[in-house]
Amino acid sequence: MTTADAKAYGAVPQEAVGLDVQDHVDVADYQTIGEPYVENAKMSARNVNVYYGEKQAIMDVSLDIGENEVLSMIGPSGCGKSTFLRSLNRMNDIIPICRVHGDIQLDGEDIYGSGQDTVLLRARVGMVFQKPNPFPKSIYENVAYGPRIHGLAHSKAEMDEIVETSLRRASLWEEVKDVLDQPGTGLSGGQQQRLCIARAIAVSPEVILMDEPCSALDPIATARIEELIDELKERFTIAIVTHSMQQAARVSQRTAYFHLGKLIEVGDTKQIFTMPRHELTENYITGRFG
Amino acid sequence: MQTSTVFLTLLALCVVSFFVGRHKSRLIGMAGGGLQSLHSLPTHYGYMAALWAGLPALLLFVVWLAVEGSVVRSLVIASLPAEVRAQGVDQLGLYYNQLVGHAVGNIEPASLDATQLAASAVYNEVMNYSRNLKMLLVCLVAIIGGMLAVMRVKPDLRARNHVESIFTWILFSCSFIAVLTTLGIVLSVLFEAIRFFQAISITDFLFGLQWSPQMAIRADQVGASGSFGFVPLLVGTLLISAVAMLIAVPVGLMSAIYLSEYASRRFRSITKPVLEILAGVPTVVYGFFAALTVAPFIRNLGESVGLSVASESALAAGLVMGIMIIPFVMSLSDDIISAVPDTMREASLGMGATMSETIRKVLLPAALPGIVGGILLAVSRAIGETMIVVMAAGLSAKLTINPLEAVTTITVQIVTLLVGDQEFDSPKTLAAFALGLVLFFVTLLLNVIALYVVRKYREQYE
Repeated sequence: MTTADAKAYGAVPQEAVGLDVQDHVDVADYQTIGEPYVENAKMSARNVNVYYGEKQAIMDVSLDIGENEVLSMIGPSGCGKSTFLRSLNRMNDIIPICRVHGDIQLDGEDIYGSGQDTVLLRARVGMVFQKPNPFPKSIYENVAYGPRIHGLAHSKAEMDEIVETSLRRASLWEEVKDVLDQPGTGLSGGQQQRLCIARAIAVSPEVILMDEPCSALDPIATARIEELIDELKERFTIAIVTHSMQQAARVSQRTAYFHLGKLIEVGDTKQIFTMPRHELTENYITGRFG
Repeated sequence: MQTSTVFLTLLALCVVSFFVGRHKSRLIGMAGGGLQSLHSLPTHYGYMAALWAGLPALLLFVVWLAVEGSVVRSLVIASLPAEVRAQGVDQLGLYYNQLVGHAVGNIEPASLDATQLAASAVYNEVMNYSRNLKMLLVCLVAIIGGMLAVMRVKPDLRARNHVESIFTWILFSCSFIAVLTTLGIVLSVLFEAIRFFQAISITDFLFGLQWSPQMAIRADQVGASGSFGFVPLLVGTLLISAVAMLIAVPVGLMSAIYLSEYASRRFRSITKPVLEILAGVPTVVYGFFAALTVAPFIRNLGESVGLSVASESALAAGLVMGIMIIPFVMSLSDDIISAVPDTMREASLGMGATMSETIRKVLLPAALPGIVGGILLAVSRAIGETMIVVMAAGLSAKLTINPLEAVTTITVQIVTLLVGDQEFDSPKTLAAFALGLVLFFVTLLLNVIALYVVRKYREQYE
């Protein structure tokens, strides 16, 4: 990609930076700046292309997520970061017109391979969504949902323990231990999101994908979730999509910058935010657009 | 002078008032330095004039129509000789109806006596007078109303707000009509039912196990002891409704799940309207389908496995009724399941749940209140359904819960009690009203429960 191209993209108003624009992008000659590969990769994507019908949303992205690291993905709206995240646990399968090409591996195993079971995959690669979405069930049942489906507990006592451990890890236990039978929908927004995190970690996933988990929360609740992410990385590998650059800078070790379906730059979070090497990255993080 | 003439005249007066009011407001506005000097648009002044002309006159017109009959009657009867007036109420009524019949030209003069002929002339005269007076008064009120409104047109008259509040009242009275109608139906049924309960004790009706509403018309008639135990009808109704719901709920609910969760958009766009056509088939068509196709089929099937099946069975009626209700249950459930937010689906699928686990453990519980409400509405429909049961389930009021036998329902008995010529002072006929009252309460109760369930749990997942 040339500088002239980049200027042209920069001039596109944000509302128009969507899937439509990408039809005119020449994929052939772009190259990700920085080091997309790591040594201890938990998940690795190679030459991933994602299409919604005729439109290409992700173009030839190759990226590793290292074991026990937090990788943040940033970029303007419509840049494909959520699409990429959702292809990591095949949530895109729900959308009938969506096709994923390329190779995505979890522990060296192709997750789009013919023998792969999406049910097991999603148990290993959990997801936390943008809007807190607890089930209209009790707090206990929300957390117990996954373990029940996957048969992880063989007795009431085991289930109780899974629920307590998960809620503790999501640092929600102290707040809800006396009201476990109350509906999860009755909690505050931040508590609901931590409940969703507890629900996701109750099935002991290896990777947790977070799709803008704090965008519906106030700054205090956001701070708690960020602290939580910091603790969770001891046990889990985390990929987080965020619109907040401060958040990416605070929680992640590596940062990937997406632009119009392309992975423009990836690298150490500190380097990305202090010395971006690509002009688009620099424009974005300095707030010139996006 | 026809009613429609009065009506059209009134309409014309309203239109005239509209234009006069609008014109005058324009003139005033222009004189006061442009239309901006008026509080409202000229059309608002026009509407106001039209409403002032139309509404009071319309009200007068309606009241006149309502009391005209009885006033004319009392005037004509007052003109009759004293010995005629001394007759009993019923005879006098017949006498009066005959002379009115002659006055409007339905009865030949030969069958009437001289006093009646004279009185019918009086009737014609009074009616004629009444019509003219009605026309005159209605026009007068309309013109006065319109003029009053036009005279009030001033720059600071808030015609817009005025019209607005008049429309609020018009809307209110329309909704009030529905309430009044319901009340009227309930009261008319209630009063007739009370007459029934004066002849038959209410406990015999509610707890009696025998239903054979044949009453002796003459004292010496044999074999006609009326018994009005309502239990067999209730059991029959519930039996058929239960069979219907056993068909409609699973099929309707599962097709709703398929349509909302699995079907492609194309399949759904074709299937849903087709299934909804089922709801548009008149019940009488379902009725002969049940009587001529399903009932014999069930009887033959039963005989081939050694069961004795009545040729008119609760099973046949219930099956077809169930088919009739399928689209009802399906459409309601489909809307409710589709209304469960996608975030619920994503949350569950993202945990590694399969689609069917997601449906069973997340979508159905979240949609349950709505589904229960829909099912209760469907039950109300099943209980109120008449035509299919008349044709397919028979008339014999047997107290049984065997769906292979012929039973009858509350609605069917109402129909059979009221078709043909009936005497309206016999408990046999009045029983229909008592049944209607019970039916009304049963469906009302179900609707109340349905509304309660829906309201209580409605916002749970938001």
